[in-house]
Amino acid sequence: MTFNALTGVLLVPAIAAALLAALPDYRATARLNVAATTLTLLCALSLFISRPPPGAYLIVDDLNATFIVLTTFVGFTTSVFSLSYIGHELEIGRLTPAFVRFYHAMYQVLMFAMNLALVANNIGLMWVAIELATLTTVLMVGIYRTHEALEAAWKYFILGSVGIALALFGTILVYMAARPVVGEGLDAMVWTVLVRRAGEFDPALLDLAFVFLLLGYGTKVGLAPLHAWLPDAHAEGPTPISAVLSGLLLNVALYALLRFKMLLAANAGALAPGPLMVTLGLISLVFAAFMLYRRRDIKRLFAYSSIEHMGIITFAFGMGGPLANFAGLLHMTMHSLTKSAIFFAVGHVAQVKGTQRIADMGGLTETHPTLACGLILGVVAIAGLPPLGIFMSEFLVVSSTFARAPALAIILVFGLLVGLAGLFLRLNSIAFGEPRGPNAKAQASYVPMFAHLALVLAAGIYMPPALVAWFQNVAGLLG
Amino acid sequence: MSRLDFDVAHLLAGLLVLISFLELYQDRLYALLNVYALHALTLAASVAWQALVQDAPHLYVTAAIALVFKAIAIPLALHRIIVQLGIHRQIEKVVGVGSTMLAGMGLVALSMVVMLRVTHGADPLAREDLAFALSVVLLGLLMMVTRRNAVGQVVGFMSLENGLVLAATGARGMPLVVEISVAFSILIAFIVIGIFLFRIRERFDTVDVQALDQFRGERQ
Repeated sequence: MTFNALTGVLLVPAIAAALLAALPDYRATARLNVAATTLTLLCALSLFISRPPPGAYLIVDDLNATFIVLTTFVGFTTSVFSLSYIGHELEIGRLTPAFVRFYHAMYQVLMFAMNLALVANNIGLMWVAIELATLTTVLMVGIYRTHEALEAAWKYFILGSVGIALALFGTILVYMAARPVVGEGLDAMVWTVLVRRAGEFDPALLDLAFVFLLLGYGTKVGLAPLHAWLPDAHAEGPTPISAVLSGLLLNVALYALLRFKMLLAANAGALAPGPLMVTLGLISLVFAAFMLYRRRDIKRLFAYSSIEHMGIITFAFGMGGPLANFAGLLHMTMHSLTKSAIFFAVGHVAQVKGTQRIADMGGLTETHPTLACGLILGVVAIAGLPPLGIFMSEFLVVSSTFARAPALAIILVFGLLVGLAGLFLRLNSIAFGEPRGPNAKAQASYVPMFAHLALVLAAGIYMPPALVAWFQNVAGLLG
Repeated sequence: MSRLDFDVAHLLAGLLVLISFLELYQDRLYALLNVYALHALTLAASVAWQALVQDAPHLYVTAAIALVFKAIAIPLALHRIIVQLGIHRQIEKVVGVGSTMLAGMGLVALSMVVMLRVTHGADPLAREDLAFALSVVLLGLLMMVTRRNAVGQVVGFMSLENGLVLAATGARGMPLVVEISVAFSILIAFIVIGIFLFRIRERFDTVDVQALDQFRGERQ
């Protein structure tokens, strides 16, 4: 195998994981972690310039190049954030050096697994990669070994395993549908071959396959009512992992779903996957919006907000068509950037306050103005207020829905408003009022957080035409 | 395909469903592990038969994994864990045996109706294998939701996975079956070799998942 950008995206994290597992020194490994994610990001960016032709196992096209660049970018900024976060955890003794070593190695394995899932051209390989990503995150969620962390990891593990088991059954059914047309063997699992000949597949078998895939990968996306693992896993793991889970892993699972949706769309006789995704998306949105009101733990609050936004994105892709797909892609990008920025802020807030309970924190604007500023900006963005990027994408989702299905748009707007009010209610007690709780000095790196927020703000004010054209092109691919 | 090939494959797949039912009503952990070992043994035989009739030697690897890893190593390991941790050997069920069995029958009927209807184009062996496989998967899920013990749930998950391997080998010529079964074995090894069982034992003195439920996220 010759070295190119595609193999770089996979090899760099794999080699880094082996190195990080072997090296004992904490400071050196934390920097090496950042260096590896930087290198992966550079490889990913070079995919825009040149890319290898699709093979039987790996593929890079415009659709997954978008996802890869987003993944490697957030992976890079999160590794910078994790430098100061993990340093602090080590200082206060929540993590031992051995666990930090394990954490860094696992971080790279996770990056490898997500990149592999994105570049896989083989639906079996994609499944294996998503399974690997699930396993690594389970281990990371349980890393604090507290009562709550173990329960969260166990719950995530069981639900995640059942999810990927159902997804595998769906994958087998897709192969069964393809076999009479494509013939036995490897070709019948290669996505590019499948999508080219999907029109001749047995529609009934494809329908059934999609139901299993939707339930299976939908569990990993965190769609209600399959979301039970998500809030616990976000709340109990280390905060960099919450950021990566929300910002990236949910997207990767959604990407898998989108690939199969394209397969169904290419078959005239198969059921339209849109209405199923629209329904699940709306349920997730409205459900999560109401759940925001009773949250007492700051990380769980934003975990429910992730369910809400994954609901919106699934809804947009379910509606389909160039405009809704464009809005869905934009919303996904904006949500990844914003939500990880929020988790960067929340991680430091929880560290200075020594707790995740909202009741024990308050008056952040007085005690830690910079941190509070980042958090408020993040919440304003995620709630969908202008002029930030999420406002743009939500506006596009809502307006394209009003044009085609006004009744659905009413539910959508209702969910968005309920969510907005819920977020501000909680933000109010965290950021303003009398200072409450302990006030440790923040040892934070603000750069990743503000870099993300600056990007979101910039996208809300001005989208470069090249970027718009790129997203339009990808939205066209999605059909 | 000759009549005999079909009949043997059919017999083994049907046995797998039957053994899934046996697992459903066990109320002692050791007995459950023995039945699970039988389940895995039947799977190994079924996969080996498929390897023979499909003339696909790589499937023997999957059969060997099923035999050595699932039918022998895993039950032994779980046995030792139960002894060492002194886990309570009764299985606590959420629902009574009678209603569980009825639900199980309903699920099997459902999978027959669904699979046989949508696969009428496929060859008969793959078709029936797939219907049986879906039954095993659904029965595994049922077992996971009706058990309170962590070990009981893990056994449920493992028999669910056996159903998936049955489906994958029944789909003639499917690539990556061996890789997928290896990936699944790693998953199971992760559960069993104990990170979770050991940690749970270390902290809570029980492997009863109910005991973990004191923590409901944010009930303060």
